Amino acid sequence: QGQFTLLRDTRTDGSFLVHHFLSFYLRAGCKVCFVALLQSFSHYSIVAQKLGVSLAAAKERGQLVFLEGLKSCLDLLFGEEEQPGQPSPLQFLSGSCRDLRALFDFVRVSLTPADGDSWKGPVLLVDDLSVLLSLGAAPVAVLDFIHYCRVSVCCQLKGNIVVLVHSNEDSEDEENELVVNSLCHHSDLILWAEGLATGFCKDVHGQMKIIKRLSLRQAGEQDVVQIYQYKIQDRNVTFFAPGLSAAVL
Amino acid sequence: ELPAPLLDDTCGKELGDEAAAVKSGDFQDSMKIAWRYQNLPKMEASPTTYTKFGHYYDVSKKMSPELRQSVKWHSFYLHEELSFEPKMKAWNMNSGYARLLQSIQRIISQEGFDGSDPQKKQRNVLRIGIQSLGSVLWGDGVCCSDTPEDPHSLTKFLYVLRGLLRKSLSACIITVPAHLIQNKAIMERVTNLSDMVVGLESFIGSERETNPLYKDYHGLVHVHQIPRLNSLICDVSDTKDLAFRLKRKQFTIERLHLPPDLSDTVSRASKQDLAGSAKLLSSGCGAMAIGKKHLDF
Repeated sequence: QGQFTLLRDTRTDGSFLVHHFLSFYLRAGCKVCFVALLQSFSHYSIVAQKLGVSLAAAKERGQLVFLEGLKSCLDLLFGEEEQPGQPSPLQFLSGSCRDLRALFDFVRVSLTPADGDSWKGPVLLVDDLSVLLSLGAAPVAVLDFIHYCRVSVCCQLKGNIVVLVHSNEDSEDEENELVVNSLCHHSDLILWAEGLATGFCKDVHGQMKIIKRLSLRQAGEQDVVQIYQYKIQDRNVTFFAPGLSAAVL
Repeated sequence: ELPAPLLDDTCGKELGDEAAAVKSGDFQDSMKIAWRYQNLPKMEASPTTYTKFGHYYDVSKKMSPELRQSVKWHSFYLHEELSFEPKMKAWNMNSGYARLLQSIQRIISQEGFDGSDPQKKQRNVLRIGIQSLGSVLWGDGVCCSDTPEDPHSLTKFLYVLRGLLRKSLSACIITVPAHLIQNKAIMERVTNLSDMVVGLESFIGSERETNPLYKDYHGLVHVHQIPRLNSLICDVSDTKDLAFRLKRKQFTIERLHLPPDLSDTVSRASKQDLAGSAKLLSSGCGAMAIGKKHLDF
């Protein structure tokens, strides 16, 4: 395995992909470390239930390690003095350090197989990386964090990583664009959800570009690009070839 | 300085320019901020004839002191607050924002909005209103230059606030002077950290003031983002083009209608002007899709 998948959204919300991968990997029996920076546990839990997976049960049996960024941040800022042995994963918020080492340590410890673990391959899922920039992490720190995660999760533990980033065309957020472009170059697979160029449509919520970066592993290979359109429903997402939405046929 | 609530059918918008200059933030249990008003019919003597949506206020009258005193509310005025409590750990954030967050957290836990006290059966939601976040009133320099010294305090504040709101029974509405924030990257980040983003764009001072397309309206309402919480889908309305109208006692938000082209000079040039404006109309809701390209037939 050892695949790095980048989820990217432009002019639309690509979080449905995060929900998909979360329930997909849990159902496949993988050990998942989910760094959820933007939403609460109950949000993911409720959607996962619609997709047929119980996050609470997965947490209880040790299959899911869930880092709820919002809660962790509150504990860091409003909580008691932390114990020296257990630094908060979001320690960079308090300004005591400028890098994301604590976050990486958290990921590494969560996914290192313990004795008696029988899970198939570890998976790191991040929603979403762009938030770290808003919280004051430098782009280099974010890229370093991802790099260390790749070495640890993809190479050493033969697991997979799935990361969501936002990007906008005409974006003036140069730091974010830097991170996104860098990640694109190093991804094995890019799933790019875009809003339609022609504007809002009730039946077609957006377009998905799937880029298989074969050129990354094999010199001389060409990347394969596929384009689908999609519509998001309450319990699933339907994909279809461009122009062939059910509303049109 | 709060406007008096109305029991008949007129409604008003809280212009509150004085309020913005004096107070930096208000926490109101009972202040139900209704940003949107339905189209209202003409004034009628009987108040129950029409369905009411939201609450209505008359800006020309003040809220009576008895009404204000009967409700539990808290306020936060930055310059009156005590200095930063020394036992709090370093927050690495603008101190005005840090104090505001501490104040909010204190109220949430003392009043039991976080469910911490099982005795208090809190049925109410804590409603928080924050004015002019990001402006110099809060000691933030993001409105002052393109490359502010501390570009992260505003977004960090929003993140921590989000955490507080998520773990308590509360809702918050914030106004941000987006026209003053020159660094657009910060505005993009602010949007990503918010659940719902609505923009008001006034025609005053812009070329649209004299555009015949907009002659009946005073500005546009842009819905940049709507919440997509606890679900894969979100509740997108069909109408993307909204405009507002500000009269003496009424602030209404309506679907934008193109007026009929009745000008004498129905020539190619004027049609192009209108087409140019129509292009700007097709910007959709950020959560679904925004189309910048106009399909020409």
